[in-house]
Amino acid sequence: MNAPSKAATDLRRAARDHIRTPRLETPFHDRLMALSEVNDWYDWAGYKAPHSLSDGELEYFAIRSTAALFDISPMVKYRITGPDAERYLNRLTLRDVRKLGVDRVQYTAWCDDHGHVLDDGTLFRLGEQDFRLCCQERHLPWLIDSAFGFSVDIREETDDIAGLALQGPTSYAVLRDSGFDGVERLKPFDIATFPHDGGDVTISRTGFTGDLGYELFVPNAKALSLWDRLWHAGKVHAIRAVGYGALNQARIEAGFIVANVDFITAEGALRADRVRMPDEIGLDWLVDPDKPNFNGRRAILDARRNQNLKHILVGLEIEGNIPAEHAIVYHRQKHEAGLVTAAIWSPTAKRNIAIASLERPYGSKFTDDLWVEIYALRELKYHKLMKRAKIVPRPFVKLARRTATPPGLR
Amino acid sequence: MTSFDAIVIGGGHNGLAAATRLAKGGRKVLLLEAAKEPGGAMRGREFFPGFRSAGLAHLVNRLDAEVARDIGLDLAGSETLLPTTVLDGSQNTVTLRGAYGESIEGVSAGEAAAFAAMRKKLIFQAGILKRFLRRPPPQIGAISLGDLSTIAAAGFGLIRKGRSEGRDFLRMLLMNVADVADEYLADDRLKGLAAFDATLGIHLGPRSPTSLLGLYYRLSGDVAGRTGGQFVPVGGMASLAPAFVRAAEKAGVTIRCSAPVGRILADRGRTSGVVMQDGTEITAPVVVSAIHPQTTFLHLVDPAESGTGFIRAVKNVRSHGNVAKLDLALDRIPHFEGLPTDARDGRIVLVRSMEQVETAFNPAKYGEFSPDPVMEMTLPSLADPTLAPAGGCTLSALVQYAPYRLKAGWEGGKPAFLKVVLETLERHAPGIGKSIVAASLMTPVDIEAEYNLPGGHWHHGELQADQLLVNRPTSAASGYRTPIEGLYLASAGAHPGGGISGLPGWNAARHILSGATA
Repeated sequence: MNAPSKAATDLRRAARDHIRTPRLETPFHDRLMALSEVNDWYDWAGYKAPHSLSDGELEYFAIRSTAALFDISPMVKYRITGPDAERYLNRLTLRDVRKLGVDRVQYTAWCDDHGHVLDDGTLFRLGEQDFRLCCQERHLPWLIDSAFGFSVDIREETDDIAGLALQGPTSYAVLRDSGFDGVERLKPFDIATFPHDGGDVTISRTGFTGDLGYELFVPNAKALSLWDRLWHAGKVHAIRAVGYGALNQARIEAGFIVANVDFITAEGALRADRVRMPDEIGLDWLVDPDKPNFNGRRAILDARRNQNLKHILVGLEIEGNIPAEHAIVYHRQKHEAGLVTAAIWSPTAKRNIAIASLERPYGSKFTDDLWVEIYALRELKYHKLMKRAKIVPRPFVKLARRTATPPGLR
Repeated sequence: MTSFDAIVIGGGHNGLAAATRLAKGGRKVLLLEAAKEPGGAMRGREFFPGFRSAGLAHLVNRLDAEVARDIGLDLAGSETLLPTTVLDGSQNTVTLRGAYGESIEGVSAGEAAAFAAMRKKLIFQAGILKRFLRRPPPQIGAISLGDLSTIAAAGFGLIRKGRSEGRDFLRMLLMNVADVADEYLADDRLKGLAAFDATLGIHLGPRSPTSLLGLYYRLSGDVAGRTGGQFVPVGGMASLAPAFVRAAEKAGVTIRCSAPVGRILADRGRTSGVVMQDGTEITAPVVVSAIHPQTTFLHLVDPAESGTGFIRAVKNVRSHGNVAKLDLALDRIPHFEGLPTDARDGRIVLVRSMEQVETAFNPAKYGEFSPDPVMEMTLPSLADPTLAPAGGCTLSALVQYAPYRLKAGWEGGKPAFLKVVLETLERHAPGIGKSIVAASLMTPVDIEAEYNLPGGHWHHGELQADQLLVNRPTSAASGYRTPIEGLYLASAGAHPGGGISGLPGWNAARHILSGATA
């Protein structure tokens, strides 16, 4: 076989330039890099994202006490447009999209034919025939195959649209002082567009913290000017850039679940018993049996009727103050009942909280006498703690300011 | 307005068999046929003034006796089995008589014995598979007692003759026909015939893995209890469709022709009837789709009513035909060299060797027709003189390989292929060209258009290992019921498959009448 010519090799190398940057940088990377004191990055859907920028604790308290800026650009985003977009999404997702008004956002999830959850996410209705679907995992083949028989256009815009979450009690004040007049009129899950830098910024009153907060989307080219606009106005409101560590604490307090953390997505699961139905991960309230047919409908309703749902997702309050992450849950201290998928000591609730996946009838029929076994590693020795756990409603932290309209200034 | 218990879509033999069985089971049945008359692929057509073709099929080789008896099919002629003659271009002709060569002429005594041994082996093995034909395929996850008894009976049938038979069955089941033929036979013509019969209507060559299944399928068919037999009913193939129609009408089925269905009504996983193309709505709790599964779920049922995964699976059903149908109008009975006069009314197969079939398949893989095709033919007007004017004759041939998706396009490809086919015929029957009054070649694309048969595939989906039994047409719609409650599949695309057997339709109807939910 002939060796390829040098020119051909160079051409090939040039064409796969992406291998030089195995982790992509978001449009806000320059700002994040300048603020990063600890250089603590992780991989979010192929992007370099901060786990923390300076101090995790201060970042957490920015979310709960002032204003926190979190880069959500790596979030997977699909744009779905066309005359059948509503009908298409109604068949794809669990909730009734016909009830989603223009300029409104819906938290939703979608399943395969067997009723197993493929992902959860937020659906933004930007226009009568214009939607944006945001989620954790990538789904383009599924979305395209679902489009058979529908007149829709589906485009991934993850790499084209930059996103920022601005969360915390002073987040509205930051927006007001940034000059977004009228933003106070936004109720939770409302969307509005505002002029920015010769273009538009889409602002929704949404977030992943259970706090007052907003999410802002702009084309990549306008990303840095948006950051600077918020940063400048936010200084007096103690704005702080935060990483995922802080956000994760806030989301656990709010009782939100994360795909492939609190449940395994149907397409990601390697083991047949790891897939979950909506009712098994606390998303039963999304399922609308009265709306037209949707993926997984029959399987979900059959499982309900035949009572063969196998798992249940619960909120736990655990005695003591040691986070029980990935601890095994026991019934009567001896029968294995499930696993803690996320846990923290909640600084706001001042409680030791956890989200756990239990195997029914534990959590459904047997709700008392639950325990978690925490292995606390202390100077090369495990302290095995058997701690009492109580099922409690989620969210663990409920803040009046999250929904107050007009929003408070601090 | 009259209301119906069940609507059957499609008036082919399966639709008619399903409708008749349902009506005999006490249901009020409406059968809707898009064409001007019922019959589906059995529907005849005048392909040249004065010359008629009786439809796509020119022989009956697997009409299920129990189905025929049950639906009251009034059909004579099955007691006369027709021979098969292999013409390889030399004068040395092989003729198989009785049911798939119970006796054989034109080969040495040793070769005849070898063929008999192979025939016996294959008929025994096909007999094991035959047990599964008359019932819905077992539903994985919901295996019934009946399924278990069928599986047990099949297993018992296998070991009854000793362990070595069981082993041989498992060894051969997924083999290719070429290797099996090589094991038993020496004669190129017989090997060629086995190769042709195994692959006719299937996108495989004799050396393709699993190609033996096609021959098993053929040998799972009976005529009057004789495995592998073939016949033409008294009055010719054109008498077949009217017999099915008579049976249906006698059972009380209402048949409406020129009644194309526009949509199958479905809401949240349940059907409630159909909407005709003219907008008329007809409601019924049961809808039986005896047309192609892809037409059913990709065009008639709103895709929103099916799951994405199901639509994916239905779209992935391979259903591209490979066979062209030739109808010739001749001004006299053709003379094939070496064809015994008493075999003229039978099946004539033009094949030289297994290699010829394999070589003919090669171009089909790449979207080209065979430059040296193989074919089987009959002279239909011999059994039914009304098909041709006095003194004339018709010839019906199934020619392969003629891929549905011809790379060069059938517009230009068809005249070229017709020329090749006619040259082949001329070699075997010198002078036939001069006697041709008219030639009508239907490529799979033409078959698709004429018979509403997607891909022009008479099996409504490849008859291969991955599209059989629990996967026919696809797992979520196997066993006649579908993800849409009340909607059933009953065409050749359902278990067991194509050919004029009546089984998919009859099985579907019996399944519906049994009230089974799984």
